Amino acid sequence: MNTWHVLISLLPFEWAQFGFMRMALLAILIVSPLFALMGTLVVNNRMAFFSDAIGHASLTGVGLGVLLGMADPLWALVAFALALGFAIITLQRTTHAAFDTVISLSMSFSVAVGVVLLSHGGNFAKFSHYLIGDVLSITPAEVGRLLVTTVIVGTGLLCGYNRILLIGLNESLAGSRGLSAWWTQMLFCAGVVMVVTMNLSWVGILIVNSLLIVPAAGARNVARNARQYVFYAVGIALFSGVSGLLLSYYANTATGATIVLVAMACYVVTLGIKAARNRM
Amino acid sequence: MEPEHQHKGVARHACGECCTRLENLGVSLDGRRVLEDVSLHLHCGELTTLVGPNGAGKSTLLRALLGEVPHTGAIHFLPVFGHGREDAPAIGYVPQQLEFDRFSPISVQDAFSCALSRWPVALGHRRRDRQTAQEALDAVEAGHLLGRKLGELSGGELQRVLLALSLTPVPNLLLLDEPVSGIDLPGRELFYRTVSDLRRRYDLSILMVSHDLAGVTAVSDRIVFLNRRIVCAGAPAEVIANREVRHTFGLDFNLSDRP
Repeated sequence: MNTWHVLISLLPFEWAQFGFMRMALLAILIVSPLFALMGTLVVNNRMAFFSDAIGHASLTGVGLGVLLGMADPLWALVAFALALGFAIITLQRTTHAAFDTVISLSMSFSVAVGVVLLSHGGNFAKFSHYLIGDVLSITPAEVGRLLVTTVIVGTGLLCGYNRILLIGLNESLAGSRGLSAWWTQMLFCAGVVMVVTMNLSWVGILIVNSLLIVPAAGARNVARNARQYVFYAVGIALFSGVSGLLLSYYANTATGATIVLVAMACYVVTLGIKAARNRM
Repeated sequence: MEPEHQHKGVARHACGECCTRLENLGVSLDGRRVLEDVSLHLHCGELTTLVGPNGAGKSTLLRALLGEVPHTGAIHFLPVFGHGREDAPAIGYVPQQLEFDRFSPISVQDAFSCALSRWPVALGHRRRDRQTAQEALDAVEAGHLLGRKLGELSGGELQRVLLALSLTPVPNLLLLDEPVSGIDLPGRELFYRTVSDLRRRYDLSILMVSHDLAGVTAVSDRIVFLNRRIVCAGAPAEVIANREVRHTFGLDFNLSDRP
């Protein structure tokens, strides 16, 4: 950690002199590749709406944590998001209801419960930082937690990457090769929950899903195979993460949202590349 | 195809004795009886074709064999001389029309590696996986498709890729669900020729669902006419002669003795 601070502060920039910027940069470098890798699977398996619901459900998790008198509602949040994720998948698989309807229902429910819990007594403004997030107040302990999450979930993702991709391609085909869609989906859901909830405090509930979806969606426009897909997604995530942080420093804006805007710009560029290729 | 690269089921000639046995199979979906009393033996080295009108339960039968829908009755896989396992035969499956996102950045090689290897395709492919995929594709005259994006293949190309995939490693039972629907005539002929060769080369049973009665009579060893239950089953010539079959497929209109 010390080496990191010393190294970065050698950079001839004003922002490099601030400890909070160095911490923020480290956090972004750690989580961006994970978001990109997970995003490629989320997008390919058409789970973008699902991960969005998990993000929004965190509001209820925070509310429950506060209700239970927890100083840091993180674990209440993880537990609630896990329960909701499993419930969505189980509902969808057992009732064969339309996936988007099931998700929309559970999202409405959890957002409403969250707002009711947090607005009780007229104190909602106290929790608004959960909506927007603040990367500049990230602590070394939080960065450590992010690193552990990234290593665990990242390893799990790489081990299961082929299975998840095959199930996303076609479930019957995967089933004929002995893959259980249920278990894989549950584990993947747990991974999505971990990544989304662990990053909430710095990105914010409103846009945490964009960090998953936008880099992968952009990479999809230009990639021709799975390796390029992941490579481009990681590239876009790292580029928009670092430049978004610096832009937000100079423009004095919320970092998470600025990163998303840069990623969106990258997405538009990939659209242009795709269109140009098709014309050739 | 050289047998060395196979992971498990080694290519071998049909022993003609192991078979998949369906006994009084029945399936209900949403309270509706879709299949009942289906008893059928699928011998290895044989190509059995399932024909019948729409809604006859042909695809449902395949789904029951895949374990995707609950069923009554029994499905036994009988291995001979220790080939395969009774509880879980290796099943190869080529779906009717693979429903997938055509914009997915997944190449043919990716699909093979996803199905055959644990090495994450996100990090590229190991040489062994490349070789396996190339050989499997070569065997169905699709070797040139290895680097192509899955979503860019034509219907016939995609079916051959899926066939190659379902044969790697060689399964005990191969299920083909209307594999040639939406494919042009040359593509169909190539597909039938390939499937017909398979049963001679490997120790596997093939069950194919088809609407193309004219096309399958030449390649099938046995045809089963299914309409919720088995109406008639036997050698292609016998089944073609059946009155109900002729009626369903409109064959009677071609008879020369019509007034």
